[in-house]
Amino acid sequence: MSHLDLLQLVIYLGIVLILVKPLGWYIAQIYSGKIWGRELLNNPIEKFFYKLCGIDPQQEMSWREYTTALLLLNLVSWLSIYVLFRIQAYLPLNPEAMPDVAQDLSFNSAASFASNTGWQAYGGETTLSYISQMLSITLQGFLSAATSMCVLMALIRGLVRRETTKLGNFWVDALRSIIYIFLPIAVVYAIALSQQGVIQNFNAYVQVNLIDPFMSTSGPNVEYTTQTLPMGPVASLVAIKQISSIGAGFFNTNSCHPFANPSSVSNLLEMIGLILIPAALCYTFGYLIKQRGHGWMLLSAILIIFIPCTYLTMLAEQMGNPVFDMLGTFQQSNFEGKDLRIGIIDSAIWSATTAASANGSVNCMMDSLMPQSNFLVLLLMHFGEVIFGGVGCGLYGLIFLDIIAVFIAGLMIGRTPEYLGKKIDPYEMKIISLVTLMFPLIILLLSAYACVTDIGRNSILNPGAHGLSEIIYAFTSVFYNNGSAFAGLNVNTTFYNITIGFTMLISRYWTVIAVLALAGSMARKRYVPASIASLSTHNLTFTVLLVCVIVFMGGLTFFPTLSLGPIVEFLSLWRSYAII
Amino acid sequence: MNIISQARIAIVFFISMTILCGLVYPSFITLIAQNMFSWQANGSIIESDGKKIGSILIGQNFTSQKYFWGRPSATLPFPYNAEASMGSNLAPSNPVLIEQVQERVKYLKLEDPKYRQTIPIDLVTSSASGLDPEITVRAAIMQLQRVATARKTDEKEIYDLIMQNTIGKKFWIFGLERINVLQLNLALDKISADKDSYE
Repeated sequence: MSHLDLLQLVIYLGIVLILVKPLGWYIAQIYSGKIWGRELLNNPIEKFFYKLCGIDPQQEMSWREYTTALLLLNLVSWLSIYVLFRIQAYLPLNPEAMPDVAQDLSFNSAASFASNTGWQAYGGETTLSYISQMLSITLQGFLSAATSMCVLMALIRGLVRRETTKLGNFWVDALRSIIYIFLPIAVVYAIALSQQGVIQNFNAYVQVNLIDPFMSTSGPNVEYTTQTLPMGPVASLVAIKQISSIGAGFFNTNSCHPFANPSSVSNLLEMIGLILIPAALCYTFGYLIKQRGHGWMLLSAILIIFIPCTYLTMLAEQMGNPVFDMLGTFQQSNFEGKDLRIGIIDSAIWSATTAASANGSVNCMMDSLMPQSNFLVLLLMHFGEVIFGGVGCGLYGLIFLDIIAVFIAGLMIGRTPEYLGKKIDPYEMKIISLVTLMFPLIILLLSAYACVTDIGRNSILNPGAHGLSEIIYAFTSVFYNNGSAFAGLNVNTTFYNITIGFTMLISRYWTVIAVLALAGSMARKRYVPASIASLSTHNLTFTVLLVCVIVFMGGLTFFPTLSLGPIVEFLSLWRSYAII
Repeated sequence: MNIISQARIAIVFFISMTILCGLVYPSFITLIAQNMFSWQANGSIIESDGKKIGSILIGQNFTSQKYFWGRPSATLPFPYNAEASMGSNLAPSNPVLIEQVQERVKYLKLEDPKYRQTIPIDLVTSSASGLDPEITVRAAIMQLQRVATARKTDEKEIYDLIMQNTIGKKFWIFGLERINVLQLNLALDKISADKDSYE
């Protein structure tokens, strides 16, 4: 790999890291309710919405009330998407006369968008009308991401506040996330992307006349003289899907499509969007708990894992497929499933980032990645979607692992474990264990079931070890609310739509409720002032310990399945090369 | 704080956000994009003699000898079907992929028998979107002789055209050096048309 290739990763991460502090500071101010000395409550826009919805912004909520409000909003979201998809044929903004979506697919998609997953078992340009795209993906980009941010803020308040039951007001947090954070960034992004060539209109699909008509090569003899170009409000959707971790695309091929990702510049912008807010939140966390060192420590633990994994993915794609070499091609880089304007290196960086950041949008076909890359992207998800992770959810997942690390360290040195001056009791550890044990249970059981039944196996496209990777990837991706896919697996079947739909709902709300319960119990605790016996959490030793906890918790749990999937594929691919 | 009042807030909050983020935001962006970047916002479509002939961003399936060909496309039911973007999703280890690449190599060697170097990889592997509008410079050079023979044009002239149409790396770093196939073919047609009118 040349230095220029490596420079792409350096520039990319450099831009993100420069933005961490200002954006992180801004987000912290927004949730504290005060920016540049001005009370946000006096803002007329906020006041208008409080009055409209009947919200009392001064009234704070206990964890149960906070959870109830959150679940109610998500329930309304979920129902609305289901109904929308079922009646889209009767709604306006449907120039291509798309019919209603099937029941199981509507259920699956509603669960996918409400839970910030963005799993798509359909092709966008062939299934959804413009109004369905806007009121499902675009809208849920804001709402589901705001939900994640609220959960994180409630947890941070639970850690900071002492001897109280109040965690803030859910509606205030949700409104502020949308109007101060997501909406302004999305507007800037959408305008920049449309300048680059991402389409944004409400026109019907456009037919163009080909200058070189061609005959069909298979089936009946037809001469194709025209090409039909899809249209729609794409820039506004792509902007929010990149920054909100929802990752669901307007088109079947997501950000591979030239209308969603037309140039190297749009690609860089969208790639920055993947981890912009998750990275900044580390600083926000440090700022709000008044230990900035702790925020930087979390960010460096993330980078310690992220950089090598991304580098190795780049290397694997660049080295490419040994079989191509034998067939007399110029290079053997893995160009299958990649577009030229994006190139090998940026496709590899994006793939690793989208797996790590729970976003799930893609700019190359993940199914055609090399087995080494398959291993790495699966691993990045198995770490628990905490390497950046989604907006909000990545960081609360990381705080869970942080507490586990403190707990283990406490056991090793024989002291009562404390996290940010709060004692960790059996109740908290039970909650954390209940969440972490759910991961392997659901992913492995469902994958195993899909592997041994015909309804699961019939959907596989690629034979052998890669078929197993396809199934594992599907369940891992939806469980961690990532939403990217090895798209060779045909998941638009009743079996996959239903199991995957339930997986997304269970994992998302199970975790959310657990985090809020933890926040509630931490908020009630007394503050224990730091003493000489307290464990320091922002030095190199603790960073290494945290990295180990992340790697062992995620990596080891799933390693046996990874060795049957990508590792076997890797070995057999290179073996066939050696023999021929 | 009772659940009924919270449910009422949830519904009104959801409806007001639907209007703000689901309807106003996309319409606002459309308004701006249509006014500031109307060509891009409508699909970067190029016209010739008043007829729309394609988008600069979306590849087309060129098959004639006198045109440069694009990359293989996995869309169904025919290549470069812009209505249903799709990659092949074939794994590197899949025998079908290896067979396909083998066939494409064979076909390209047959069509360009004078080209002695190794085959450019982008011409034998299918793109992610199935709509990749571009090929590498090497892939264009490979097809040079075929196109020149079919058009009875000087090779040097077409070579210059390839060089003129090469898109460099962005900021010398991002992406690959590449050529937009549709633009190159249109430039070819223009040269041929100019010659015809001259003669």
